[in-house]
Amino acid sequence: MNATAASTFDTSGSSGTGKSGAGADRAFQLITAGAAWFVLILLGAITLSMAWGGRLAFQTFGWRFITSPDWDAVGGHFGALVPIYGTLVTSAIALMIAVPVSIGIALFLTDIAPRWTRAPIAIAIELLAAIPSIIYGMWGLFVFAPFMAANVEPWLSDHLGSKAVIGPLFSGPPIGIGMLTAGIVLGIMVIPFIAAVAREVFGAVPAPLRESAVALGATRWEVLRSVTLPYTRSAIIGAVFLGLGRALGETMAVTFVLGNAHDLSASLLMPSNSIAAAIANEFTEADTDLYRSSLIALGFLLFVVTFIVLSIAKLLLLRMNKQLGRTH
Amino acid sequence: MAIPVRRRAADVVAFAFATFATVFGLLWLFWILWMTLREGAGALSGKLFTEMTPPPGASGGLLNAFYGSAVMIFLGLVIGTPIGVAAGTYLAEHGRHTRVAKAASFINDILLSAPSIVIGLFIYELVVRTTGHFSGYAGALSLAIILIPIVVRTTQESLLLIPDTMREAGFALGLPRWRVTRQILYKAAMSAILTGILLAVARIAGETAPLLFTALNNQFWSADLNAPLANLPVVIFQYAMSPYDEWHALAWAGAFVLTSFVLILNILVRLLARKGR
Repeated sequence: MNATAASTFDTSGSSGTGKSGAGADRAFQLITAGAAWFVLILLGAITLSMAWGGRLAFQTFGWRFITSPDWDAVGGHFGALVPIYGTLVTSAIALMIAVPVSIGIALFLTDIAPRWTRAPIAIAIELLAAIPSIIYGMWGLFVFAPFMAANVEPWLSDHLGSKAVIGPLFSGPPIGIGMLTAGIVLGIMVIPFIAAVAREVFGAVPAPLRESAVALGATRWEVLRSVTLPYTRSAIIGAVFLGLGRALGETMAVTFVLGNAHDLSASLLMPSNSIAAAIANEFTEADTDLYRSSLIALGFLLFVVTFIVLSIAKLLLLRMNKQLGRTH
Repeated sequence: MAIPVRRRAADVVAFAFATFATVFGLLWLFWILWMTLREGAGALSGKLFTEMTPPPGASGGLLNAFYGSAVMIFLGLVIGTPIGVAAGTYLAEHGRHTRVAKAASFINDILLSAPSIVIGLFIYELVVRTTGHFSGYAGALSLAIILIPIVVRTTQESLLLIPDTMREAGFALGLPRWRVTRQILYKAAMSAILTGILLAVARIAGETAPLLFTALNNQFWSADLNAPLANLPVVIFQYAMSPYDEWHALAWAGAFVLTSFVLILNILVRLLARKGR
């Protein structure tokens, strides 16, 4: 009955009650749902395949895989402490640079810059994120590392190298390749990600809140410190975690300037390694199953840690969205 | 109305710092672009686009690398775009408010920032190990996996921007849901979705880490996708890390071409987006 009704009125066969329409609707629903499931399954598949590929290393070394600093391809001993340490230290340096700078940029773009310059400056900062990481790496190796070796590191080593507590961090030969250089390059790379979120949420602070503070006599700095930052706190922390997630997994830029050394060293001026750089440098050379498995195990650790960090980031940003939804 | 000097000083310091931070951020951009332009433009030559990657000490070009990159980007785009658009459509339309869509949306945002080197390892385990050799197909597949989350996200966002009245108007005409999506929503969101796809292309064009152990590299001309395939990022990596001056020059030339391509695409996309608004 429906079919005949549809055919009298509707030559295109697109009636909502028509049989073909319902069938196509179901098919479309299934295809799109399948694609969404694909995204979900992808994450599980990556995690499982890393765990499976790294099982030999985990079985062989157990916890020592994480706690041992010995990475000896010839002897078949693989401990990932050095790359783990290098990853954490370079990411920490990156955040120490990127967080204040990004908040400064966001403040400049929302409060200080003349209106007509805001969009171009914001785009220029975003372009920092568009430059491929291999370009950062090449520039780091050929331009920035020699610059650090010639201008910055001798000064650090002369002035800070002999200080009591922080001295060991800045001792050693100024060769330009090392954790400090890598951390700075990483910092530059994550600035656009943190700055973009900070700028967006600074702009979303309800005007009445800021205006009330100004009416009470607050200076612009006091408005930032007492109104804007507390109001946007969860988003800013979320942005920091987002930057951390990016920094932990960044590969090419770090590979160029970190030096691929498997020695544990307190000095930031010394070459080191990171999880991603070790995989990039050594995977195609890995000639035994255990070696390859150890590198995949590193990939597993990296993936799990970045997953947790990025989940925290996402949850904090979602909370901010809710807050903005409530107050608007 | 006098604000105490200390408070005024704090204000001035904070704003000076914010200005400095912005200059600091922009400085790196110009430094990197300037060096790439200076070193790269100097190394540009006609041979770059007509000759193959040379052995150490000889002169040559990057033709095979450009070709391999272009093919893998195209293939990655062809594989990834339909999946990305379909998943984005589910998140914004057909599955909106369902648990699957919420979970997928969350996971997708994480995949968006996941380390690309792990994607390379994943495809290595999945494809290279099972087929027994590195291949252009494996490279294209890993690029597709990096592209998908970007396309999902932009599709979802551009569909959500369309007011519900458009959907209701479609339903009121008796259109089934899939035709509303295809004929009304996709049309309205077309330019935004295209923008996202172009941005994704710019992103995968520069991806190096996932290609290192999927497509590997090939010094010679090869159009065989079932074999190791030369590609620009890995050639740049290999040549820059080498001790040879000729290779360094070629790496800079390649870096210049790659950076120009990526930046022009990014700027173009932003201009298009502004026009659409």
